Amino acid sequence: MYRILKQIAATGIKTEAPPEADEALRVVRGRLHSGILKYFSGALTIRHVDAGSCNGCELEINSLNNPYYNLEALGIKFVASPRHADMLLVTGPVSRHMETALKRTFDATPEPRLVVALGDCGCTGGIFGESYASCGRVSSVIPVDVAVPGCPPAPFAIMQGILTAISPPNGSDGSPETSEGHLAFIPGAAPPSGAPQQ
Amino acid sequence: MKLEDFQFELEPLPGAMPVWHARVSAQQWRTACQQVRDQGGRLVALWGADNSDRGEGYAVHAALAVSPGLVAITLPLAGESFPDISDIFPPANRMQRAICDLFGVRAEGAADPRKWLRHAAWPEGVFPLRKSFDGSTVFANGADAYPFVQVRGEGVHEIPVGPVHAGTIEPGHFRFSIVGEGVLRLEERLGYKHKGIEKRFEQMDLIQGARLAGRVSGDSTVAYAWAYAMAVESVSGARPPQRALWLRALALERERVGQHLWDLGFMGSDAGLAFGLAQFSCLREDMLRTNALLFGHRYLMDVIVPGGVARDIDGGGIATIRGEIDSVGKTVTLLKDIYIEHAGLQDRFVDCGRIRSVVAGRLGLAGLAGRASGIGSDLRVQFATLPYDRLGVRMTVREGGDVAARATVRVEEIMESLRLIGILLDSLPGGEIAAPLPPAPQNALGIGWVEGWRGEVLIALETGADNRIRRLHPHDPSWQNWPLLERAVLGNIVPDFPLINKSFNLSYSGHDL
Repeated sequence: MYRILKQIAATGIKTEAPPEADEALRVVRGRLHSGILKYFSGALTIRHVDAGSCNGCELEINSLNNPYYNLEALGIKFVASPRHADMLLVTGPVSRHMETALKRTFDATPEPRLVVALGDCGCTGGIFGESYASCGRVSSVIPVDVAVPGCPPAPFAIMQGILTAISPPNGSDGSPETSEGHLAFIPGAAPPSGAPQQ
Repeated sequence: MKLEDFQFELEPLPGAMPVWHARVSAQQWRTACQQVRDQGGRLVALWGADNSDRGEGYAVHAALAVSPGLVAITLPLAGESFPDISDIFPPANRMQRAICDLFGVRAEGAADPRKWLRHAAWPEGVFPLRKSFDGSTVFANGADAYPFVQVRGEGVHEIPVGPVHAGTIEPGHFRFSIVGEGVLRLEERLGYKHKGIEKRFEQMDLIQGARLAGRVSGDSTVAYAWAYAMAVESVSGARPPQRALWLRALALERERVGQHLWDLGFMGSDAGLAFGLAQFSCLREDMLRTNALLFGHRYLMDVIVPGGVARDIDGGGIATIRGEIDSVGKTVTLLKDIYIEHAGLQDRFVDCGRIRSVVAGRLGLAGLAGRASGIGSDLRVQFATLPYDRLGVRMTVREGGDVAARATVRVEEIMESLRLIGILLDSLPGGEIAAPLPPAPQNALGIGWVEGWRGEVLIALETGADNRIRRLHPHDPSWQNWPLLERAVLGNIVPDFPLINKSFNLSYSGHDL
């Protein structure tokens, strides 16, 4: 126990540790934090779905929870059930064998819901493209709000993608919108407990 | 085993690794496999081919590892069946079923006739890797029924898990048969990530294929890229410069260290020690940032190319890496002691997910997991090609076969890889980092064979005209080990499954192709 505490003290706080902290990273963390506070009352839940990736994007998503990026400190939690999720983070081209599972996961996510497609494969089908085995880009299967390119996209880019998804579009009344055309929700209002938000 | 023991002529293939090739008859196919098995060799890979556009029929190929090296045998088929070898090599079971899904050629006499990679994306009677099949054909998703083995009895329940899993992990299906919390049986179903990679390769030339090879299994991109480059250099006669080979080994060992750090962190977390994940993931992030700084990519994708490497390092880079291996080594030593002394962690690790060495040997457990169950096999030691023949790699073998043993092997391999990186930097030759790549002849066979961090990765390449790929089969060591995971969970409880699964950390994408 003593050794664990000693190592924790020696390691220090890695999040935004100066002088290595990238100013841009500091800025995007700040914006994410205030966006989540404003539009999600402090907690954004994300369900990740691997629809057919090479696993590179998963490595970077998992990196988001390391002490450097520390996504949980911003109020972002990865959840096991789509029924608990505000956002789906989808990686890979959608393999035809994952098409049904992805659709069911999307259908099980209560509205309002956001979808972020991650990586070149998620954006365009990537090097795998469309074929007998691959549906290609995520938006050919479910509606997508934000697509983040990269192979794989670095944690910083993923955070920017999440920030874009939760931020109001330019010129709007100030609420995030989902690509399904619904107004996402009213800022500051909490849904009545137990009742679905309409 | 000596090459002369085989009853057919073997032709050596040029290239970095000791590889021979022969065309065999149906009878020689089984005899050769039995011989290899009896002499302690193993089946590395098994794949099909369609040569009907050349006036021949279908063919099956097997890559067998024997003490002199790799022997690749090709069996041209008169009809649509070939002799089963799953009784000789248990890992052949699923490989044969996959060949049947993709080519429509069956293993005669095989005990398990079920489909494997095919779910509902293409119907029965359609075979995507046949030359006559247009890869862009799309079928409506059909009905998909898979006959899992049913376990019946008082109090037996089934838990179906996946394909979408609770964490941030690849998709696959696990069907547990349980009594209470105890696992009576686990059956896997994979193939959810099948993207038609082998068919996609046939649309590419030898240069384009390198990018796809590095994305078969993203966490082993360096191993795959090197195996691909080896295969291409074998057929084209290119000889990468020495500096390139040293940099390739540097990249491969960095990938090994990075993945082992990652796995040790997650194994700690899966047993409830979040401290472990926090610490190991910081080390991992430090190394990824160094990779990005020095090689232009956090995971070193596209660094290894046919002919050499795409990025070089300078004196500053060397100094950075030296500092890094020193600090990573010190921290890993400290964390190892914390893990070993942590009673709660050891209570979870020890005796969990055990595969005894006699079972491992009989069922063909390979790679990292094999070394944790007493199977001492490592290409860097047994078939050391440049620069490994200068490094004196020390193989780590443990007999326990449990989660604790697989953790120990990772720790020891990290320390060994850090040592190897130091030697590579000390002995780094000067000169060019890439050699010109002559165009390859048509219908040439090239094999690449690399010890990735999970185990041996194999790329089998056959060239077409105009420097194009006629057929490419990438083999992931997960094919050998997935069936053994079903054995490892027996006698354990369901909550231990994530820990056992992570202790193997097998590839879904590399398997499904």
